[in-house]
Amino acid sequence: MEFNLSKEHLMAKQLFHDFAVKEVEPWAEETDEFHRFPWEVVHKMQDVGLLGIPFPKELGGQGCDTLAYILAVEEISKVCGTSGVILSAHTSLAADAIFLHGNDEQKEKFLRPLIDGRKLGSFALTEAEAGTDAAGQQTKAVRDGDEWLINGSKIFITNAQVADTYIVFAMTDKAAGTRGISAFIIENGTPGFTFGPPEKKMGIRGSSTCELIFENCRIPIGNLLGREGKGFGIAMSTLDGGRIGIAAQALGIAEGALEKTVQYVKERKQFNSPIAKFQNTQFVLAHMKTEIEAARWLVYNAAILKDSRKPFATEAAMAKLKASQMAVAVTNECVQLHGGYGYIQSFHVERMMRDAKITEIYEGTSEVMKMVISASLLR
Amino acid sequence: MKIIVCIKQVPDTTEVRIDPVKGTLIRDGVPSIMNPDDKAGLEAALRLKDEIGAHVSVISMGPRQADAVLREALAMGANAAYLLSDSAFSGADTWATSSTLAAAIEKLEYDLIITGRQAIDGDTAQVGPEIAEHLGIPHISYCEDLRIEGDEVIVKRQFEDRYQILSARLPVLITALGELNEPRYMTPGGIFDAYRESEVIVWTRDDLTVNTANIGLKGSPTRVAKTEAKSVKQPGTKIETGVDESVQYVIDKLKEKYLL
Repeated sequence: MEFNLSKEHLMAKQLFHDFAVKEVEPWAEETDEFHRFPWEVVHKMQDVGLLGIPFPKELGGQGCDTLAYILAVEEISKVCGTSGVILSAHTSLAADAIFLHGNDEQKEKFLRPLIDGRKLGSFALTEAEAGTDAAGQQTKAVRDGDEWLINGSKIFITNAQVADTYIVFAMTDKAAGTRGISAFIIENGTPGFTFGPPEKKMGIRGSSTCELIFENCRIPIGNLLGREGKGFGIAMSTLDGGRIGIAAQALGIAEGALEKTVQYVKERKQFNSPIAKFQNTQFVLAHMKTEIEAARWLVYNAAILKDSRKPFATEAAMAKLKASQMAVAVTNECVQLHGGYGYIQSFHVERMMRDAKITEIYEGTSEVMKMVISASLLR
Repeated sequence: MKIIVCIKQVPDTTEVRIDPVKGTLIRDGVPSIMNPDDKAGLEAALRLKDEIGAHVSVISMGPRQADAVLREALAMGANAAYLLSDSAFSGADTWATSSTLAAAIEKLEYDLIITGRQAIDGDTAQVGPEIAEHLGIPHISYCEDLRIEGDEVIVKRQFEDRYQILSARLPVLITALGELNEPRYMTPGGIFDAYRESEVIVWTRDDLTVNTANIGLKGSPTRVAKTEAKSVKQPGTKIETGVDESVQYVIDKLKEKYLL
């Protein structure tokens, strides 16, 4: 296997880099400080086609691949972790779930507007009592004539309220356990579908995270995604892909923090010398760069496997485990190298450190990643 | 409508340094970009394509690596791309460059030719008008706005303190200012198509009908005697306070420098 990006991937990376610097970075600080959803960034991403990167042109997408999409999440997360997760949750959770499991009618009706830049997507699995134990779903869906009647709630949902289209998991047969979970497509504005107040978070503060509340929410039977009772498999396979996106987000956040730090240590003087001249600084930088590169190839490898239609769940779990832990460690070291300035908002690395932490938690905690990886060893 | 846009791959001069001894550009490790004025010209052509329908060809003379800017143009929405690349073309000044480009353009159909005003690595602003002279068509330089009406192009031509509104019957060549527009981004799908579905057609010396005396280093009458670096002025400081505070600020600064 050749560890080089193709010319088209390199040019796409350059596009994403230019886009991130020009359209995303100027909003990053304000997005974080005021917990403000960056609509300006999202609209620009829609205009340039960034919300449909890995999907076929026939469906309204860009006709690229997972690797290109991963490069977009990475470049955007270098400057803004919030914008990175908006792109990731939309693409690899909401849109990919419909692409992988939807029928032709659902792809035309729900997927096309998501990937041609008209709508934003969201994915809702987690509940108050069903986090890592996703099988413990309490939300119920009951068939009533030509409709499904949904009752229950979801928490910690990324892109909640701002998204148009939601993939929602609910129990259609409580007695059947994981085989009783089904997936549904529910549109914002459907009567009986409301939102709780936005969560105030440690990081990725501009990302909209709310509770979804369903009170006698009626949706057409055509909104069942995949077959009845197959929701758990749909959730797990979709999350496998999502983890590559979050791994890329973690990778980007770490790279962004390292870039800021390299610049800082060359300028900051102590004992009449730039701190870059001190061996401690040099060794810490060297270690961080090596960790980033190690994570990068795990992330790209998982994306390339997905593009090759080969099994990638274990590799995606390893990529997310490594990249998220690396991002937390690297951003922490970057703050440390900045000293007191690292603790100050306008130097950005404290934001990156706060943004990094969530990558160890959402779309499967590091502990879940270890369960997935060890299961592949002990089969 | 058929539009030809001439583009040049240039070093990104915002990142370039000058060799203090030789006075030449240090190009090592400097990223290459599409010349900004040319990019504005391409954007103008693509907007005409969107608004009234047009076939947009891009053409560049340069080494094989210039393929990248042509792919970028395709990824932005150009229909066809031509690279004029041959060791016989190298070392060209503006005369030889315009002779070569004009010879290539003669092989294509066109109603409108757009070039950038000037390239950021040479700043001559000569190649566009020279191409028009070789082809025997009118040209309008320093275009900051344009539209097509019937078989005419209406151009707003910029001067330092005024502008002219000019019209010319097609075919015509215009040279575009960077201020003409804000060029669009490539799309990810456009990039993949540019590499996987499209072709950059390479033309060498043998593909063009042009006198050898007018191309490459031998066809270049320009001789550079000497180049030297100019010292760069520091950017000024803008004070946006009331009149009294501003005056006080200036007085303080002048005192600081012992000028008062």
